[in-house]
Amino acid sequence: MLRSVPGPVQSIERAAAILRLLARGSGRLGVSEIAGSLGLARGTAHGILRTLHGVGFVEQDGETGKYRLGAALLHLGTSYLDVNELRSRAINWADALAARSGEAVRIGTPLDGKVLVVHHVFRPDDTLQTLDVGALLPAHATALGKVLLAYDAGAAAALTGQLEPFTRRTKTVPRDLAKALAEVRDMGWAAEMEEMTVGEAGVAAPIRGQGGLVVGAMGVSGAVERICGPGGRPNPTLVTYVRDAARAVSRDLGASRW
Amino acid sequence: MVERYVMSVDQGTTSTRCILFDHAGRLVSVTQREHKQHFPKPGWVEHDAMEIWRNLERIAPEAVAQAGATPDQVAALGIANQRETTVLWDRHTGRPIGHAVVWQDTRTDRLVDELAAHPRADMVLERCGLPLATYFSAPRVRWMLDNRPGLRERAERGDVLFGTMESWLIWNLTGGPEGGLHITDVTNASRTLLMNLTTLDWDDELLTFFGVPRAMLPRIRPSTETYGTARQVLPGVRIAAALGDQQAALFGQTCFAPGEAKCTYGTGAFLLLNTGNEPVRSTHGLLTTVGYQIGDEPAVYALEGSIAITGALVQWFRDGLGIISSAPEIETLARTVDDNGGCYIVPAFSGLFTPYWRSEARGVIVGLTSYITKGHLARAVLEATGWQTREVVDAMNADSGLALKALKVDGGMTADNLLMQLIADVLNVPVIRPMAAETVSLGAAYAAGLAVGYWPDLEGLRRNWHRAAQWLPAMDPARRAVEFGNWHRAVERTFDWIKPDG
Repeated sequence: MLRSVPGPVQSIERAAAILRLLARGSGRLGVSEIAGSLGLARGTAHGILRTLHGVGFVEQDGETGKYRLGAALLHLGTSYLDVNELRSRAINWADALAARSGEAVRIGTPLDGKVLVVHHVFRPDDTLQTLDVGALLPAHATALGKVLLAYDAGAAAALTGQLEPFTRRTKTVPRDLAKALAEVRDMGWAAEMEEMTVGEAGVAAPIRGQGGLVVGAMGVSGAVERICGPGGRPNPTLVTYVRDAARAVSRDLGASRW
Repeated sequence: MVERYVMSVDQGTTSTRCILFDHAGRLVSVTQREHKQHFPKPGWVEHDAMEIWRNLERIAPEAVAQAGATPDQVAALGIANQRETTVLWDRHTGRPIGHAVVWQDTRTDRLVDELAAHPRADMVLERCGLPLATYFSAPRVRWMLDNRPGLRERAERGDVLFGTMESWLIWNLTGGPEGGLHITDVTNASRTLLMNLTTLDWDDELLTFFGVPRAMLPRIRPSTETYGTARQVLPGVRIAAALGDQQAALFGQTCFAPGEAKCTYGTGAFLLLNTGNEPVRSTHGLLTTVGYQIGDEPAVYALEGSIAITGALVQWFRDGLGIISSAPEIETLARTVDDNGGCYIVPAFSGLFTPYWRSEARGVIVGLTSYITKGHLARAVLEATGWQTREVVDAMNADSGLALKALKVDGGMTADNLLMQLIADVLNVPVIRPMAAETVSLGAAYAAGLAVGYWPDLEGLRRNWHRAAQWLPAMDPARRAVEFGNWHRAVERTFDWIKPDG
């Protein structure tokens, strides 16, 4: 296989120069000023500015049309998406998933190596259930957690040594988990079979934000005989429901390709 | 077999939304578009009715396409709409006369004071079940007719038409100037101050009292009935229901039996209690209104507690103050502190509705000290919705003689867990969210589907209702009492702010 180390990408270098320029002085510049300062064609500068605007790295003043640094740049180091906003954007699709699958739905985001439950929809059978929004779940023993780990190399690498066992089937060896996470990336969804609680299973899929970044996971969980088909694998229809719902939320969040 | 769907159009205060539902009442596709809020003067709130119609023209076909369907798979279309917002338009050109005047608009406060001083003013509450307030449509129609030369004559000739948003949309959908249907439904008509609650028809004495010519009014139809067929946007689709948004939510929550109630949290919040086939008169500031009317059946009435500003306060926090960049962040910010720090916000932006009905009240923030941070303010924003709900529930309990055992909630703000917990805490009853938070849309879809036989009966709809979440009260009773007392003192400080002479 032919491999080559690519050289610098010109448009990214130019984008970085524009951001540096905006970070200086008054911080408010028009397209012509920016193009002039950097020796770019006006059309080129405009194209780059529109792209930076699209990802929130620059903002445009409604009246003067001038550009300045965008709020998204300030939040680069902190949380990518407010969890309450994620819930608000996902709530309709989570309801529809619960209604369609007949199972409880949860949405999780990563927090300190665990899964923070940010949204929970009851199983639609009107039995007594307790809301567990705010609860922390172990990442290696839940479908939600496996999705979050699969798309976050740093978090997955941080899991070393013997992982906490919950049942006989919990994956406690990091190497086994890594293999499972690779499968998750291949399939685009994760399953958990009695790895957290005996008799229970779950299926989850990634929720992606702008640019395809995974911002959360959405999944169903319930009795293993309902989640799985006769072969002991998750019911394919259920998997489709979960993936469709996660994709619908991703679309709402601006992830165009998924 | 080709799958068939029902479309709901929710023409709301800030946006218009189209949703396709399937047989199980599950959401299949959603499209939405916001429209501009015009605030030309303090207290004035306007919408461009043409912009709203264009938005519908665009998003309705998009919703069908998103579901991978074609218009012939849409069994029926139902409309739920922001209530009381008043549109006048030219029958011949189809152009609106100026902007629509929105339900939050208080420009008619002096006119309402003048009307209230009239010896016959008591007749209003008696006949239509509503207090004389700026909130309802009739004073707005009168104001528009008084403030544009020649308009009254055109209205008397029937050249200028009046409608609330559903009338405007149905008229346009069914052909506009070329034979569009000029109709309204009984729930929307019940919010004008012009309809007699017993006869369910326009009341001549009320028309005279407000100076509104009959020729400009739409025909009043039941909430569910095939009114006609769309000629625009989705040609051939049957238009089979219209309800005010809050009545639609009552329907969507399947509150079909007397005693069943729901509260919808949107721009404002509205608690409706089904009272069966008899209108119940309130002595605690609740409104008597029509809940729904199915075809030729007798109308079902409701008691309503209205809160003008709930989600709108969060929007003001976002757009007016710029403290947060999206509405759900209010919860994130509020969770940075443990309590309100002694700060209370009473959002009497357009006066106070239930149970006070004080048009002259205006908003206050009290208890400010240098200790207060934006986190405390965010908490006070959410608590304002909690306490206002408590006041409405207290009024409802007093009028009905029954104590509410649990509150069924819906609407966008039910995504806010901190708020839902707060409401359970201040009411001291469980708060329950059904599996479809979009009950306004669902109710319009249910009503339309029922009219065309897509769903057979109310029992079938009831079986679609499931509990999605529940919050249990967990507040110390002593603290609840102290906080409620503080809230009351804050409310008193909003009174008498606008002076009668302007």
